[in-house]
Amino acid sequence: MMTLLLLKLPYFTVVVLTLLGLAAMVFKKNLIKILMGLSLMESAVNLFLVATGYRMGGVAPIFTNAPSPHMTLPTVQALTLTSIVIGVATSAMMLSFAMVIYKKYGTVDSQKVKKLKG
Amino acid sequence: MMDTFVMRHLPALLIATPLFAAFLMPLVGNAGRTVRSAWVFLGALLTSAIGLALAWKVLATGTVLYVFGAATTQQALPPDAAFPIRIMFQVDALSALMAVIVSLSSLGITIYSLAAESKQSGLETFYAMLFLLIAGVLGMVVTGDLFNFFVFLEISSLAGAALVAYRVDDGVAVEAGLKYALLSTVGALAVLTAIGILFAQYNALNLASLAARLQFTALDKVALVLLAVPLAMKCGAVPMHFWTPDTYTTAPSSVTAFLVVSSQASLYALFRILFTLYGHLVQFSWATFGWFLIVLGVLSMFIGVTMAIPQKDVKRLMAYHAVSQTGYMLLGVGVGLAVLGNAEALKTYGKTAMAGGLFHIINHAMYKGLLFLTAGAIFLRTGTRNLNRLGGLGHTMPWTMVFFMIGALAIAGVPPFNGFASKLLIYESVFRFSPFLSIIAMVVSILTLASFVKVFHSMFLGPPRAEFAEAREVPAPMFIGMALLALFVVVAGLMPQPFIDHLISPAVDALVDRSGYIAAILGGR
Repeated sequence: MMTLLLLKLPYFTVVVLTLLGLAAMVFKKNLIKILMGLSLMESAVNLFLVATGYRMGGVAPIFTNAPSPHMTLPTVQALTLTSIVIGVATSAMMLSFAMVIYKKYGTVDSQKVKKLKG
Repeated sequence: MMDTFVMRHLPALLIATPLFAAFLMPLVGNAGRTVRSAWVFLGALLTSAIGLALAWKVLATGTVLYVFGAATTQQALPPDAAFPIRIMFQVDALSALMAVIVSLSSLGITIYSLAAESKQSGLETFYAMLFLLIAGVLGMVVTGDLFNFFVFLEISSLAGAALVAYRVDDGVAVEAGLKYALLSTVGALAVLTAIGILFAQYNALNLASLAARLQFTALDKVALVLLAVPLAMKCGAVPMHFWTPDTYTTAPSSVTAFLVVSSQASLYALFRILFTLYGHLVQFSWATFGWFLIVLGVLSMFIGVTMAIPQKDVKRLMAYHAVSQTGYMLLGVGVGLAVLGNAEALKTYGKTAMAGGLFHIINHAMYKGLLFLTAGAIFLRTGTRNLNRLGGLGHTMPWTMVFFMIGALAIAGVPPFNGFASKLLIYESVFRFSPFLSIIAMVVSILTLASFVKVFHSMFLGPPRAEFAEAREVPAPMFIGMALLALFVVVAGLMPQPFIDHLISPAVDALVDRSGYIAAILGGR
């Protein structure tokens, strides 16, 4: 029972992180905080990917001196690495956008950054 | 020898060429303006040539498979495994159609931008981003791997957002860029979650082998929603169209014209997922998902055009028309999806509707690109996009006026331009499915015409105005870029049949033929 709960724990964390991120994006007005919410959601998705790839007792497929023949294909880990790299690029670009907006408007309040209309 | 080597590695070169052009851009830019322009032109020309050659090869010999890292590029399955483990590009006739669209429009747009952007600073970064955008869009349409698709989706979104924000314009452009980047990223995260769900269940990322294994469990339905909704948003379908007017208005015109193509790559992905990944399952209700596309399409058509009519900013107006025209594609292909289970209906009108929808994608990319480019030409010469301030430009910019007329008549579906050819296919076939939908489509066309007559009148007609006395015809590269797109609009309008027979019909068959797509990878297994 306890192990089962522990195995499901990452998925609960994913749900909590996603909700926290969504809440930050919807309810916060500061652009930086909105971007932090997005970052949280990214972490949630990454955690989800890694969690799906975990197999009890599986080892990494390194054949030299392998302790057990039960190996897991490390595809999701590769996906997560790629996704982290993409996430870094996205965050960096959007934060630099926020910087330019602060320079031009003097605020990062999403309610006041509204020169676009219609 | 060289020829066969190039022909064998076309799919890889298709992505490698724009990436190479992009990453060497900062270095080449140091060598001066002329060298940089030559590099940009060469990169665009090569990419387009490779795209067209690949499409020609696919249409001549059937689906082209390219497996990265295998002993031969054709070896989809490793000798000792029953499922594909490598990343592969799978270019069938539908992907070939999209590759043709991207190739033609990227060439015209890049040539145009050489003159249109020449006064701006930081052009190395601009062109690096433009080539990244081209590489991302090309990757989205040729890949046969779901995770690979996500990567290319992110490349195109990021490059697109950076280009939207390129002209800071007192922060307005950055605001639009941030909006686009934020929405794209949230959408891409949903797509990634769906990929995770599918991988966790079926241990596959390859589209064909996923399609072969899909059971349509409850989780698969969740994954379908997580895939379909963000992609519908990225193609600008109402009610998720709110980013299009801001993004399309503030981006430099050459970029806007390409963002239209990039949103159509999302449309392609939406079709691919509905038809290839989720099609033909026993529990699957074609009618439901067909109507999902039809409702999105009708809403987009009607709301898009009604929002366009009162706009004062010419690019904003065109952006709403882009939403409206996307509706036609969704309607045409949606009707095809709705009757997919009914072989008789599919044969009599379903395939024609899909052909209309797919033909409209290529036509739209050309005439909408042309319209955005003319708007950019006018902005370059007058410094304004406000329809109330513009006027009398027909005296000083006659060629731009001619190109605008060609584009405007094509978007309104007036013969003999290409918009008419695809809309006629949609009207005829949708009428047999539901006359009411067909009538809506026609009414939207009339409203589109009305809207563009107004734009034409306020921009080009009237006496010459003193404040625009300086306005003159655009420089040669912009003229050539617009002429390329206009040429396609006219040729495809006068002779649509060769295009339909050799380009569109194979694409429709490829979209319907799900088992063919799977068999190309898995063989008989």
